Amino acid sequence: MPQMTMIEAIRDAMDVKMTMDDNVVVYGEDVGYFGGVFRCTHGLQEKFGTSRVFDAPISESGIVGTAIGMGAYGLRPCVEIQFADYIYPAYDQIVSEAARLRYRSAAEFTSPITIRTPCGGGIFGGQTHSQSPEALFTHISGVKTVIVSNPYDAKGLLISAIEDDDPVIFFEPKRLYNGPFDGHHDRPAKNWSKHPLGDVPEGHYTVPIGKASIFSEGSDVTILTYGTMVYVAEAAKEETGIDAEIIDLRSLLPLDVDAIVKSVEKTGRCMVLHEATLTSGFGAELAAQVQERCFYHLEVPVERVTGYDTPYPHAQEWDYFPGPARVGKALKSMMETV
Amino acid sequence: MSDYAPLKFFVPEPTGRPGDEPDFTDIEIPAAGTVRRPDIDVDPAEMKDLARTMIRVMNTNGDAVGPWADDIPDDILMQGLKSMVRTRAFDDRMMTLQRQGKTSFYMKCTGEEAIAIGFQAALSKGDMHFPTYRQQGILLSQDYPIVDLVCQILSNAKDPLKGRQLPILYSARDYGFFTVSGNLGTQFLQAVGWAMASAIKGDTKVASAWIGDGSTAENDFHAALVNASVYKPPVVLNVVNNQWAISSFRGMAGGNNATFAERAHGYDIPALRVDGNDYLAVYAASRWAIERARRGHGATLIEWVTYRVAPHSTSDDPSKYRPKEASEAWPLGDPILRLKNHMVNRGIWSEERHKQAETEYDDEIRLATKEAESYGTMGSGSSPREMFECVFKDMPRHLREQRQKMGV
Repeated sequence: MPQMTMIEAIRDAMDVKMTMDDNVVVYGEDVGYFGGVFRCTHGLQEKFGTSRVFDAPISESGIVGTAIGMGAYGLRPCVEIQFADYIYPAYDQIVSEAARLRYRSAAEFTSPITIRTPCGGGIFGGQTHSQSPEALFTHISGVKTVIVSNPYDAKGLLISAIEDDDPVIFFEPKRLYNGPFDGHHDRPAKNWSKHPLGDVPEGHYTVPIGKASIFSEGSDVTILTYGTMVYVAEAAKEETGIDAEIIDLRSLLPLDVDAIVKSVEKTGRCMVLHEATLTSGFGAELAAQVQERCFYHLEVPVERVTGYDTPYPHAQEWDYFPGPARVGKALKSMMETV
Repeated sequence: MSDYAPLKFFVPEPTGRPGDEPDFTDIEIPAAGTVRRPDIDVDPAEMKDLARTMIRVMNTNGDAVGPWADDIPDDILMQGLKSMVRTRAFDDRMMTLQRQGKTSFYMKCTGEEAIAIGFQAALSKGDMHFPTYRQQGILLSQDYPIVDLVCQILSNAKDPLKGRQLPILYSARDYGFFTVSGNLGTQFLQAVGWAMASAIKGDTKVASAWIGDGSTAENDFHAALVNASVYKPPVVLNVVNNQWAISSFRGMAGGNNATFAERAHGYDIPALRVDGNDYLAVYAASRWAIERARRGHGATLIEWVTYRVAPHSTSDDPSKYRPKEASEAWPLGDPILRLKNHMVNRGIWSEERHKQAETEYDDEIRLATKEAESYGTMGSGSSPREMFECVFKDMPRHLREQRQKMGV
């Protein structure tokens, strides 16, 4: 099986879908000739031509607004917003338009579009290249929100997203593009070639939207997480020796409630872990779900470990980032409380 | 010591407010037939003068004059006039329904009927409008069922949009009518995307984008123009300048001294500025821009100069912000009367036939309204179950659970 980075897996998903379906088009800022600032679309314009892979003006609203028009025409645009931090000019088009076409037109018009965007920190990108705005999209009725953590899932989920008849916001944690990252920024970077999830099948396969995966089984405590934090949780588990069950949610909306309930009922403890800010973060929704569905199984209160409620800082990046030390400390405290 | 005087903050004001005499002297109106007509493949730089003037075809006698006076078949004119009469009758009837408390909301297009109807007449099957809420004429000039329109407005059991959407924000795919958003400017951009898709697929379909003068201030207007400039898709960018955005006059969108048409020039897009109350000019200019788009020469922006005779909506009272007799004083007149005069001159219409048409449509709409009312009014007859449908193609678990909890 070929070994791929997450960049290659994402590119391969678009390649596979563009080969299968003439209606799939790919565009965004710098994605055409150059192949994207993270190289996710490298070579696609050469292969599929400028009518199907092209550069867009620096106008995120323009990218999403035109994609909605194309979707209504019958195409399946898969567009890139260069950084999730730049998605806000497109927010009106996503919230008021893409998310609602089906609802307000009684399904006469739909929006089968995929919006790919790199998110998260860990690259010294400061407040304009590090944000994790996933909760702003799960709060909307009518869009699906996906966040991937490895090459295998990235390809399978991106193919699912492109094939989905509803709009999908597809978050790609940029710190995972070239390898898993556990938060130990002072250690040598790992790459996907030595990781089993870097094994990516050729051709078409899907990972369903709405299904979580058990990243690591355990019995002491459930960690509900996604994206980069999956590997941070894994490191904290190893370093503390606490037998955590790590659930990689993969899709935040729809949410795999069954997987969450099953795990929390087994462990009796639940940590919610994400890189985004705390207040009104997606962790608040997860904590509420666990409280509603698993209250009588809980031995300790649900613990949230997240980024702080500040803009993403530059020099203080590793103080902000909820790394393995912070996760480990919280895990220990959860196990000490009886 | 500084020789700079303290700066003064400027807020533009219209030429008249309540109690003032209406004053339209700031709107320059060239005589009919005096504006040249370029070839459809002309370079945008070669026709910049057409963005500052006004294309007009009907002169004060009602005769069609000048290079934009096409030889329009009688049946097209007949259809245009009848559709305008029908639309006005519909608007009046729906206004009454709102006053009777049978619908929550309505918006009339009185005085602006020629624009949507004339443009629609120039379009072909398979093309797509991205309308605002004031282009009901697109549907009323086609054979879209009147009962369905009224049911949508009444949000009743037979509302085609299942009660989920505000009255008048119709959707009619088979009639080339994209679902109206209600958020302003967003669809101007989507029309450009739709047209890009037509070119990507190698089709010959044309998109028709609609926006009001006030909403040209929205970001999406500029995003639409830059995308239309870059990709040259087959789209016509219609700006309906009816002088008022609720209570804000056109100057609040930066359109006091510069025209809206001129904005296209910075994007290398050709622009026409047209008397929107002159059906013959509307039809000719629409055909020009649509043909240019379909022949692969890209987008055209058209500024339609008109006047919003009606209140913005049933929730608005223009007597609070503009001179009372302003619509009577509007120098471009009434589009229905003007086309009627032309057709009477031409010998294909008469006062009598006009009265007949008015009665006929009044009756048609009254009957349709009566039928529609029998399916419910003001939201009655709609099912709460429908609230949960069509959020997604397949209902996800959380919505299923919420619906079950609600007990429907």
